[in-house]
Amino acid sequence: MKVMTCPLNGPRNISEFTYGGEFKQMPDPQTCSDAEWADYVFNSEDILGVVREWWMHNPSSYWFLVERHTGSDEILRTFDPKEVFNARVEFTAVTAKETAR
Amino acid sequence: MPFNLLKYGLSSEYPVEVDLPAPKELKSSYDVVIIGGGGHGLATAYYLSKYHGITNIAVLEKGYLGGGNTARNTAVIRSNYLTSEGVRFYAESVRMFEGLSNEFDFNIMYSHRGQLTLAHTDATVRSFRQRAEVNKHFGGRTEMIDRQQIRELVPSLNLDPGHLPVIAGLWHIDGATARHDAVAWGYAKQAAKRGVEIHQLTEVQELVIENGTITAVKTNRGTIKCGCAVQAVAGMSSQLMKKAGIRSPIQTFPLQAMVTQPFKPFLDPLVSSSALHCYVQQTSRGEVVFGGGSDPYPLLNTRSTLDLKESLLAHAIEMFPFLANAKLMRQWAGITDMTPDYSPIMGLSPVNNYYLDAGWGTWGFKATPICGKTMAELVASGGKVPELIRPFGLERFSTFQQVNEMGATAASH
Ligand SMILES: Cc1cc2nc3c(=O)[nH]c(=O)nc-3n(C[C@H](O)[C@H](O)[C@H](O)COP(=O)(O)OP(=O)(O)OC[C@H]3O[C@@H](n4cnc5c(N)ncnc54)[C@H](O)[C@@H]3O)c2cc1C
Repeated sequence: MKVMTCPLNGPRNISEFTYGGEFKQMPDPQTCSDAEWADYVFNSEDILGVVREWWMHNPSSYWFLVERHTGSDEILRTFDPKEVFNARVEFTAVTAKETAR
Repeated sequence: MPFNLLKYGLSSEYPVEVDLPAPKELKSSYDVVIIGGGGHGLATAYYLSKYHGITNIAVLEKGYLGGGNTARNTAVIRSNYLTSEGVRFYAESVRMFEGLSNEFDFNIMYSHRGQLTLAHTDATVRSFRQRAEVNKHFGGRTEMIDRQQIRELVPSLNLDPGHLPVIAGLWHIDGATARHDAVAWGYAKQAAKRGVEIHQLTEVQELVIENGTITAVKTNRGTIKCGCAVQAVAGMSSQLMKKAGIRSPIQTFPLQAMVTQPFKPFLDPLVSSSALHCYVQQTSRGEVVFGGGSDPYPLLNTRSTLDLKESLLAHAIEMFPFLANAKLMRQWAGITDMTPDYSPIMGLSPVNNYYLDAGWGTWGFKATPICGKTMAELVASGGKVPELIRPFGLERFSTFQQVNEMGATAASH
């Protein structure tokens, strides 16, 4: 079986993991247009080449990032998300009145 | 008599029937360029020439005729979908399939078997009831059946596989199968007879778009001008759409299948279970075909994997235990252009005169005739979208109007 190296648990069978989708930036739902939001929710890059994507190790529920070639099926790199998320993200709470439009 | 036959065989005037004329040089311009020589592209060319008198058409195929997913699918033909939009569309396709051999004067080995889907949970039974009603309402023939009826239809089926006893079945009387290659060949033969040019080993590499309108395609054999173009490239849909600058929701996943050595006939209906992620059918040659769910992650490569084959076969053997000793003869994969709602993307695109027949994922073989017919109408009318395919427009992903067929599509094709 194909083996993926989990940054937390080491090399494991690929059947221990779940693919979690393309890594992409989320537009701000408060300020973006409907079209931008639809593009974020539905559209894909579907790149033929090296992609950056989310994966999860099922038994430990650990999410991480993978660089993989979608033509050759080679896993090039797996790494902890803290490499990308290195600053604190502030989520401002939205009041009920604002959401119930 | 044998002597006559010998004479005929040795005669220099032996009347060879040419199905496809030898390749010609590409012309510098065509009214319609169809990208992709699979069933869908060829059917579009055929109906354009048959119903609309348009014959200045080039079908461009990068490999060989019908060598894409048309050659790789498991040929399940059915219309028992979940939405009214879906059922109306697929039911028309099933009706068209019935007459194709006559129409082509070429045997597509259409075989009307019926398709049985198994329910192992109450939730599935509820969704089956809905599908049976929707199907009946829109002209299909589908009913719910119980264990006894299932036993009579498929005596060799194990009704108590492991932890998932069968509790009911969705019996789709219209379910059928056909020789998939023959469908492509039949369309090609008849389209070529009417003057359509089919060019194999001709890959479209770039699209020339001027002021938002397609004007030409660049191929490995030179640039060809076109009045309009249709893309029908299945697994390469998202890549080609990118060349046209079109955003799409398609993600490409491999789908694997396999076939055993031939057995004497034991299985008439097509049998499918989404809880077991598996469907099984016997071809007219006696081989048993197994198909299942897609690969677990996106990939644009037709490699196969042992782990998917093992888990699929483990389930197949639970359904038909005596197949445990069967020998596999062939196994393969195709890459499938999956959409988030398991419905296709058909119709207009943001580029003028560039028409889409994409997002056919794991379920597009059964739609080959109706796709060809509706795409031909779309092209011939210069972009008036036929009623039947209006729900499948690309714009549904920006207007939040998906046509959700996930429950009726996954693992049953
Ligand atoms: C294993 C498997 C099982 C399936 N089972 C079923 C089933 O049971 N029932 C069902 O209804 N559907 C099934 N499907 C789905 C079905 O096969 C497809 O949806 C359908 O065949 C698509 O037809 P098409 O003509 O659009 O594509 P294809 O037959 O793939 O034709 C597209 C053609 O375009 C060519 N092409 C690509 N890029 C270019 C380019 N740039 N220039 C020129 N040519 C190009 C390719 O070489 C290819 O020949 C299955 C698919 C697979 C892989």
